[in-house]
Amino acid sequence: METAIETKKLNKHFGPLHVVRDMSFKVAYGEVLGFLGPNGAGKSTTMKMITGFLEPTSGTVTVCGHDVIDEPIQVKERIGYLPEGVPLYGEMTPRAFLRFVAAVRNLKAQEKERRINDVVRKIRLEAVLDQRIETLSKGYKRRVGLAQALVHDPEILVLDEPTDGLDPNQKHEVRTLITEMAKDKAIVISTHILEEVDAVCTRAIIIAQGELLFDGSPEDLAAQSHFHNAVSLTIMSTLSQKDKAKLAKLDGIASLEELTCVDGATRLLIFPEKGQSIVSIVSDYVQSNGWLLSELHVESGRLDEVFRTITTQSNGEGESRLS
Amino acid sequence: MRNIFAIFKRELIGYFSTPVAYVFIVIFLFLTGIFTFYLGTFYERNQADLEPFFRFHPWLYLFLMPAIAMRLWAEERKTGTIELLMTLPVTLPQAVIGKFLAAWTFTAVALALTFPMWITVNYLGRPDNSVILAGYLGSLLMAGGFLAIGSFISALTKSQVIAFIVTVVICFCFILSGFPLVLDFFRGWAPQAIVNVISSFSFFTHFESIKKGVIDIRDIIYFATLICFWLYANIVAIDIKKAG
Repeated sequence: METAIETKKLNKHFGPLHVVRDMSFKVAYGEVLGFLGPNGAGKSTTMKMITGFLEPTSGTVTVCGHDVIDEPIQVKERIGYLPEGVPLYGEMTPRAFLRFVAAVRNLKAQEKERRINDVVRKIRLEAVLDQRIETLSKGYKRRVGLAQALVHDPEILVLDEPTDGLDPNQKHEVRTLITEMAKDKAIVISTHILEEVDAVCTRAIIIAQGELLFDGSPEDLAAQSHFHNAVSLTIMSTLSQKDKAKLAKLDGIASLEELTCVDGATRLLIFPEKGQSIVSIVSDYVQSNGWLLSELHVESGRLDEVFRTITTQSNGEGESRLS
Repeated sequence: MRNIFAIFKRELIGYFSTPVAYVFIVIFLFLTGIFTFYLGTFYERNQADLEPFFRFHPWLYLFLMPAIAMRLWAEERKTGTIELLMTLPVTLPQAVIGKFLAAWTFTAVALALTFPMWITVNYLGRPDNSVILAGYLGSLLMAGGFLAIGSFISALTKSQVIAFIVTVVICFCFILSGFPLVLDFFRGWAPQAIVNVISSFSFFTHFESIKKGVIDIRDIIYFATLICFWLYANIVAIDIKKAG
């Protein structure tokens, strides 16, 4: 896969604050990269450096082969960017605003109207096209921000929290839109909503205190979970201590947890030893004992748990450290 | 060029899409009227010229130009739209020039709307219209100087109020430096050359001669240099902030 964005040893200081530390990663076309991290982790700062709004203290950013410091215009032409908090010119209407962006983006007259119509239709902005932006709802403002990022059909999209503040339906729409566009673009989105990673990303990066702590697919991420491949099941009978002890001693099973035991139904959570798949072992054992099984489910892993483990393990929580 | 125009157009329409523009123009016309007819004793002088009209322009601009320029960059910083603007494929000079030209054009529109003055004086007598034209030109150039300073200060802060006040103070210095009050202070101890330099920095000194109909190339160069200098400082200021 061809590399669209590459950062090498990216560092950013704000006075005494070391906000981004030695950040190196690549994004290829066809990828949707999710930036994960607690608030203040350096996600937005990294995005601002990729898009050329901030200059790195050291390190390089290359976008489509152009260095962001040496050839900022070439870089900016290729990126569609939704900044954090969606700043917009409130006194303009979405139509005038999109025309302005399209003009600066060098779209020719005919193409300009075509692209604007196209984007407006895709993002469903028709209803508010001639209202002042400052009078629009939060959801519409964010859509105007997205439309602005898409109007020139960029190769690269950098979206800082694209679904923040949207209702569940709007979130779904935006995610669908991102997935649709993903195949021939390189997309970077930042989020602190973990479900989003599962929903749209092909790769995830976790950042905390400015450091890159994880880089891999959402599946890899889930696999790091304590809950990965764990089996949860509900049995329609009450299990004795002995039964449970026997179950826990089966091959490949690390531990067993009884979640609830209500009205003769027992809910169990069984953890495998690392890397083991235990679902068949468990179900065979349940059948051989003649227990009535009402539910059996293999956990893929809990992202929030992995996220918490990764982002809090080394450096303690909270704001960026002083350097 | 196209980018400058796009930014210019957006900015200029921005002035007119809020009541600010109309309030400003009304106040501007009202004040020029008062200054000309009451303080400037337009009728009592019994001369067919617009000297009393132009005489007060430096003082009028001292407060009105910073009010126009204060929003140019401070507002973009406040609302965060500067991030949007600076990640579009425009260069910094294009953005600075586009914005400045919009503010300047807006001023030109306000100035052009004082045309009833010109009609009045032509109705009442036979003025030398070339002198009046020179006066308008000088006034516009001076406005450009004020605006360039204002644009630079606006780039340094998020607060339009601070931008306004600091710009007024700096512009005040630029006007005052041509006055005996200031020059006498320096004359006591500084060599004449330095006094001349200080005096030559004054808007007043340069506007004075253009106002009389003498278009000296040096005065034009002065204002052009002034505008270029402050716009360049403007570009540098924004660039420095980018490095954070």
